[in-house]
Amino acid sequence: MTLIRHTLYMTLRHLRELWRQPWFVAVTLVQPVIWLLLFGALFKRVIEIPGFHGHSYIAFLAPGVVVMTAMFSSAWSGMALIEDINRGVTARFLVSPVRREALIAGRILKEAVVVVIQSLIIVALALIVGASFPGGVAGVAALFAVSALLGATFGALSNGFGLIMRQEEALIGAVQFIVLPLTFLSATFLAANLIPRWMRHVADFNPVNWAVVAGRSAVSGNAHWGLIAARAGFLVALLALSVAFATRAFQSYQRSV
Amino acid sequence: MEQAIEANGLVKSYPKGVTALDGLSFGVAAGSVFALLGPNGAGKSTAVKILTTLAKPDAGAATVAGIDVIANPDRVRRTIGVVAQGSGVDIQATGRENLRLQGQIHGIRGQAVEARAQELLERFGLTDAADRVARGYSGGMQRRLDIAMALVHDPAVLFLDEPTTGLDPEVRADMWAEIGRLAAEKGKSVLLTTHYLEEADQLAERIAIVDRGTVVAQGTPDELKRELRGDAIHVDLEREYNGTVSGALTAVPAIRDVSVDGRTLRARADDGGRAVPLVLQALESHGVEVSSVRVARPSLDDVYLKYTGRTFDAAEAEAEVTR
Repeated sequence: MTLIRHTLYMTLRHLRELWRQPWFVAVTLVQPVIWLLLFGALFKRVIEIPGFHGHSYIAFLAPGVVVMTAMFSSAWSGMALIEDINRGVTARFLVSPVRREALIAGRILKEAVVVVIQSLIIVALALIVGASFPGGVAGVAALFAVSALLGATFGALSNGFGLIMRQEEALIGAVQFIVLPLTFLSATFLAANLIPRWMRHVADFNPVNWAVVAGRSAVSGNAHWGLIAARAGFLVALLALSVAFATRAFQSYQRSV
Repeated sequence: MEQAIEANGLVKSYPKGVTALDGLSFGVAAGSVFALLGPNGAGKSTAVKILTTLAKPDAGAATVAGIDVIANPDRVRRTIGVVAQGSGVDIQATGRENLRLQGQIHGIRGQAVEARAQELLERFGLTDAADRVARGYSGGMQRRLDIAMALVHDPAVLFLDEPTTGLDPEVRADMWAEIGRLAAEKGKSVLLTTHYLEEADQLAERIAIVDRGTVVAQGTPDELKRELRGDAIHVDLEREYNGTVSGALTAVPAIRDVSVDGRTLRARADDGGRAVPLVLQALESHGVEVSSVRVARPSLDDVYLKYTGRTFDAAEAEAEVTR
């Protein structure tokens, strides 16, 4: 009970912090809008490629953008933690009886909440520009769920690496190094049967691709729930590993204080 | 009397081979203000980290409010309030939100936490700024909020690690007054670390002088100064008298360490006030004319010099270099 309560206190603190930075919120939303509108327009005729199943590129792209945005925004999660450490805020919590797990869990939960809000906005935008999601509310909810799982995973990883690197510049470098390759080594922009074979094999191990494949299937109207459940299962397992990693990193940080 | 803090032979070294604590021991009586005084790098902050459960010692033992800090860190955390060297204020949150969160963590909820936050905001003169984000606070306001946050749960033992470092002299004076008020609160024990001699002198009932990770001397400020055996007597002469002066004073048993440098005469006496008339009498009888006399209590700086062989400023400079 205490753990849940403390986690919620921390989550609320982080969400409030975000709320106070409207520009940051705006900027994180500019990117998906650009992906959705610009890429959507640029590759509009991709659907004409033989072998592409579907009749609207925007509808195809939207779940990918939702997933991508989930990763992009959560991957920065560790930055705030580094700032808290540098400002002495973390040390102040450590001398209080706050549950240690809550200090990391609160950040991860915040990322999941943010992902759901962002995803709502992106889906609404996609609907406005003409996409349709035959999978209905249940499909969209499943898309949100896998995106939130992915966001939580990247949030945990970001916090773990942030705790190890303890330097904002290093974390920025790591995030930039990892985020784009993971995006392009997936079926985010192009149907799996159209991307090179080797990339497809790599994508099988790419958590971003798991989320894209599962999310896209869920909203498609003929959802493969078995496949979705399997990918979601992978994501849950990876999330568990990432949380364990972040927790260990936090313990090693505590020892170094 | 019950001990609020007891540190016994604390040893701590850091990976790079730096020994921060080298068998540090001291005790703080319940309800008192105790200062760890020493230059930067002497190990004061490491001691506070161990006592506040942030760090574990390599060897030694410590209790806070009778609770073992190594075996029972969580119980210690419920009992202490900590104002760390830097600020621990969340600058993205308002003063009230900072206080509320601290209270909630300590299990105060609902109306009670709101009331407690309001009470502390009023006490620390932060009501006008209560609902503004702390980023915009002045250094003094942030410091006051820091202290208020440490007091939310009414801790029995309060740690103030370099509470006035980096503050303007004016703000520092306010802070001293505030710490004085805290100390007067019934049953509250305060451990203060500082590298300001006058801060320890003014605020603490007992002082431990820390140098290179151990306590080199401890006692009340007066005791420490008295250990220097006496007051400094400083006499300005009308002109130079050469040998006559020291000759004149051999007959005065109350004083010692007589030195004459041009028109300045220095000596020590157990009780400066009583020695002065005797000195003046002796000088007069030898025809030495005096223009002024001062009796000075020895300063903590003198004490520090005696125990470490370095002046405080030199030790600070040394710490600066090794850092």
